[in-house]
Amino acid sequence: MDEEISTKESEVSREAGELTVLLQQEFPDAVTGFHAHRGDETVVIERDALEPVCRFLRDDSRCSFEIMMDLTAVDLLEMNETPRFEMVYHFKSLTHAHRLRIKVRLAEDDCNITSIHHLWKAVDWYERECFDMFGIHFEGHPDLRRILMYDEFEGHPLRKDYPIDKQQPLLELKEVEERHIYGRHA
Amino acid sequence: MTDMIGIQPRTEGDSTGEDFSASIMSIEIGPAHPAMHGIVRFTTHLDGELIVGMDPEIGYLHRGFEKESENSKWIQVIPYTDRLNYVSPLLNNIGYSMAVEKLYGIEAPRRAEFTRVIMGEISRITDHLTCLGAVAMEIGAFTFFLWFIKAREYLWELVEEMTGARLTTNWTRFGGNANDLPDGFLSDLADRLAKLKDVMSECDKLLTRNKIFIDRVKDVGSFSKEDALSFGFTGPLLRACGIPYDVRRADPYSVYDELDFEIPVGSVGDCFDRYLVRMEEIRQSILIIEQAADKMPDGPYMTDERMMHYPDKKDVYGNIEGLIDHFKLVMEGHQPPAGEIYMPIEGGNGELGFYLVSDGGGDPVRVRLRPPCFNLVAAMPAMTVGHYVADIVPIFGSVNMIGGELDR
Repeated sequence: MDEEISTKESEVSREAGELTVLLQQEFPDAVTGFHAHRGDETVVIERDALEPVCRFLRDDSRCSFEIMMDLTAVDLLEMNETPRFEMVYHFKSLTHAHRLRIKVRLAEDDCNITSIHHLWKAVDWYERECFDMFGIHFEGHPDLRRILMYDEFEGHPLRKDYPIDKQQPLLELKEVEERHIYGRHA
Repeated sequence: MTDMIGIQPRTEGDSTGEDFSASIMSIEIGPAHPAMHGIVRFTTHLDGELIVGMDPEIGYLHRGFEKESENSKWIQVIPYTDRLNYVSPLLNNIGYSMAVEKLYGIEAPRRAEFTRVIMGEISRITDHLTCLGAVAMEIGAFTFFLWFIKAREYLWELVEEMTGARLTTNWTRFGGNANDLPDGFLSDLADRLAKLKDVMSECDKLLTRNKIFIDRVKDVGSFSKEDALSFGFTGPLLRACGIPYDVRRADPYSVYDELDFEIPVGSVGDCFDRYLVRMEEIRQSILIIEQAADKMPDGPYMTDERMMHYPDKKDVYGNIEGLIDHFKLVMEGHQPPAGEIYMPIEGGNGELGFYLVSDGGGDPVRVRLRPPCFNLVAAMPAMTVGHYVADIVPIFGSVNMIGGELDR
């Protein structure tokens, strides 16, 4: 059984892909790790370098990532890893037909990361969802509200320490004045 | 349209001196409105009939798909994926199963892949039929809606024949499908496709050159290529803007690289282009299904890898390996190797991506769905500002919002 596990783990390739090498050249201090699993190239970078790296990925002609495909987070609480959170960014280039995954590690007591909403318009809602589900704060986001949950929701449901059967308190009806005044924009 | 976002309201008063026009009126559309597909609320800010601002509010259909999946076994997620896009549930089944197969590093047998292609394209057609039918109905073409829903019924009967259910299909497995083609399925398929083609040509005559329809959709909701890419559009809406990005061609999965089909593109990305792209995609999907049915190879419909499916009963009762495999699959479930993958497929609305993280155990660490219509609904303000209230109906209809995958 042990032997089986070790062969399985070795399936994660440690060879640096083309884009990884490029990022290592351009941002030697920022790249802290990389791997590829089933051909998905992944680069782990420092938190502070996120904005310049993303800008480079969008604008450089060797990268040309026109589409910000997906943005999410992973809570590694049950895997006993520190730091606890991993931000995951997926990019897709139509020009070069390649994909890249960028990861940033975030500590539990410092869940702040620079917002990249100004680089791709899709990021606005993705970051709102990530804030809603994981409680990660995106610095510089213009409108960081909950998106799937309601404003009064307590906690962040996709964190691993949020119990799946947790009950939320019943909300009292809002006063009429606080509600949106129908027909007239206040 | 984005340059019109800065429109200022008219400020002149009327003859009585009372200033009626100075304020912008806010109207709530939805959450339960006949023209809303599913439950979504738009707070629109209007200057007369002109939309000057819009704030979509989503989340009314949030069921905690991702949380629920992370508290289930890998195989138990498949029924949940039925409920994501409820007009093309099979595509979600296929997407998730292919993602887990990628995590394992295995492939389904060729016969299973060809069957998946057929069922996936049937689902894409039902998705487009529903979307186009609903758009047409909302702007007055009721006959078109009825004919398309009739055509969708032909296909859903095929889905029922294959999976036993119309909506809650739960049909794919890791490394294959739940069952092989039923007897006589391919002849039924040919029969239904012939009927569908009749409906398509009739409806094409009815609507494509219909002035009333064209007046409502042409130059409504136009979107530039740059904005579409920046908003992360995929699927028919991106192709309507003129960008031929289709996951089936760009990152070929399954057996799509062996099949011959074309990717229709539009030019300005308005609602009429979206209509034309979807109509052509239905025809292309019919071609794909016919080719896949012709090329259908013989062989197993499920992989013979160990620990992917329950062993045969004769092995469970007859030898120790079968018994152990059975026991471990029941007690521990599938255990994909540790790692993380992102697997995109072309869903009805665009790129349907699953991002899965495994620690090598029986429970997923992370199941993330990239819902294609999330980006489309996010762009609703940019698409509608500068248009009139009545244009919300065709624009939102062509977005084809599916609450199940949007809110998860």
